[in-house]
Amino acid sequence: MPPRNRVGEVAALRLERLVKTSVNGAPQWHLQPEANRTLVTLSGDWIAQQGHLPDFPESGFRDVPHGEPVEFSTDQLGKWDTSLISFLWELKRTAREDNVQLRIDTLPESARKLLDLLPEIPPTPAPPPPHKFQPVTAVGQFTLDTLNEVGCVSEMGAAAAKGGFAAVVGRGMMRTVDLMSDLSAAGPAALLIVGVVNFLVGAILAFVGSVELHKFAADIYVASLVAIAMVREMSAVMTAIIMAGRTGGAYAARISTMQANEEIDALQVFGIPVSSYLILPSVLALAFTMPLLYLYGCLIGMLGGFFVSYIMLDVSPLGYFHETLHALPLDQFTFGFIKSLVFGTFIGLTSCRIGLKAGRSAADVGIAATKAVVVGIVGVIALDAVFAVIANVIGI
Amino acid sequence: MNNQMPSTDDRPVMIDVNDVTLAFGSRVIQHDVSFQVRRGSIFAVMGGSGCGKSTLLKSMIGLLRPTHGTYMVQKDDYWSGDDESRVKIGRRFGVLFQSGALWSSMTVGENVALPMQMFTKLEPHVIRQLVELKLGLVGMLHAIDQYPSELSGGMRKRAGLARAMSLDPDILFFDEPSAGLDPITSARLDELILNLRDGLGATIIIVSHELSSLFHIADDGIFLDADQKTAIAHGSPTWLRDHCTDPTVHAFMHREQLDSSGTHGNG
Repeated sequence: MPPRNRVGEVAALRLERLVKTSVNGAPQWHLQPEANRTLVTLSGDWIAQQGHLPDFPESGFRDVPHGEPVEFSTDQLGKWDTSLISFLWELKRTAREDNVQLRIDTLPESARKLLDLLPEIPPTPAPPPPHKFQPVTAVGQFTLDTLNEVGCVSEMGAAAAKGGFAAVVGRGMMRTVDLMSDLSAAGPAALLIVGVVNFLVGAILAFVGSVELHKFAADIYVASLVAIAMVREMSAVMTAIIMAGRTGGAYAARISTMQANEEIDALQVFGIPVSSYLILPSVLALAFTMPLLYLYGCLIGMLGGFFVSYIMLDVSPLGYFHETLHALPLDQFTFGFIKSLVFGTFIGLTSCRIGLKAGRSAADVGIAATKAVVVGIVGVIALDAVFAVIANVIGI
Repeated sequence: MNNQMPSTDDRPVMIDVNDVTLAFGSRVIQHDVSFQVRRGSIFAVMGGSGCGKSTLLKSMIGLLRPTHGTYMVQKDDYWSGDDESRVKIGRRFGVLFQSGALWSSMTVGENVALPMQMFTKLEPHVIRQLVELKLGLVGMLHAIDQYPSELSGGMRKRAGLARAMSLDPDILFFDEPSAGLDPITSARLDELILNLRDGLGATIIIVSHELSSLFHIADDGIFLDADQKTAIAHGSPTWLRDHCTDPTVHAFMHREQLDSSGTHGNG
């Protein structure tokens, strides 16, 4: 580095401080008719952050005689920033509307340069879109959208199934490593939370049941109550809800972030099918782990029920075990097993679809994740109702 | 070796960078970098890809603490104080990020307005007016109610520039301002940068390797080298092009291949 010119620097700094402390007061403007011209005097410091910025009124040039030029006097102008340009821009637009001739060249050159960059036409705010509530249209649109979504999700499911078949044959586009990481995220990593929730649900069922059953001295039937409730409904539904919040949300967030980064576009350009590369491993992972988690949830739930019964009620461990076995025919398990398989596939497909459909901004990622969780939970419960009706009809 | 432009510049020093070392953990990116940016100058930070230009910029705008050295912004030591004092100095900065870095959940107008709403007590209609002005300056007034996701890359960059100017900063940092822009838009941006400097007296620091634009606008600069991990030349891009004898700088400024073997097979 060259040796600095210390003296010059200090002098310059002092000068700068002098300039800084010379306060020229609040920004002001003044319009004054003179012979053959009109003079606009600008004075004071025009600094936006100090506030109190004057406006140029629409009738500002009312008194200017027709055909006479308007000139500027900037001798008393102090420091200025874009707030001055903003004022001058307004003035220029007004002058244009009133057909007043402005002598822009009487402004400081730097201000003129900035002013030249600005468009002549005043900005017209876009009219807000007409917003009327039309119930019939809204209902119709909602129905169409929903049907469209159902179609899209089914199509996606079909494409993923095709990809899955191709994978089985050995010509698939799915990478095993993706499937493995998805399986691990949707399976072992979820064991703790699924276990805790199902244990507590089983315990709560035992508590609630014991109050009524104790009146009839039928304490032992707590075992069958817990077993049937867990196996038929609670374990499948609770596990599905947990997985919708946990894994479904993650899928939607991941895919919509990929969408925002143009990663999905890149896949499509390469001809890598999104359905079998991205969606298939996710859906397979959920469809595979969900039934296993369901079985695990059943066992843990019954353990919770047993825990409460053993501590609170007069039930022997052997009796509880026996009663549980007695109350549970195997087809109950089959039914729950199928249910959780459907839930897993449903959550996987919908959350991937929501992720793919998301917009391309950070906010859209959040919206997609939320939507995936909501749709997942509502959908699981709705599907469960359908299953309940089916079970009733076929008499399981 | 001739790699230091003789300085006749007597404008006051705005930023004084002294002996700065930048490192991620034990990996040193640049060491012993010193330079001065004078008020009202357009200062170019040049160098090949991956030499640490953007890292240097990051440390100048407060995103990365240097492991050694000082940054003086006029009389304030930027990194010695606490976060609060750094934020206070940083309020004089405006930064244009490489891809605009607009907040995607807000419209372009809201992006420009947010700093003003946060840090000034201006009336909403004045803010609206200033937002329109700033977007007008960069030619983006038509997009005021659009979201960043609806904009093209160049439009995002211009909107990002409008946001960087939101608080009328006296120091503007541009990270690759013309990367990814078409020549016309890029030339317009150069002109805009010159006008902003002339019009508002802002000091501008540009990280770039867009030669044509650098020759046109920058009047001072520094050249960082990735191999030696330090600044190997000081001076304006045109001076470096015409006078610097360092082979790396020469090759960079003339768009040549850095040729160690002497001859090339293709000729």
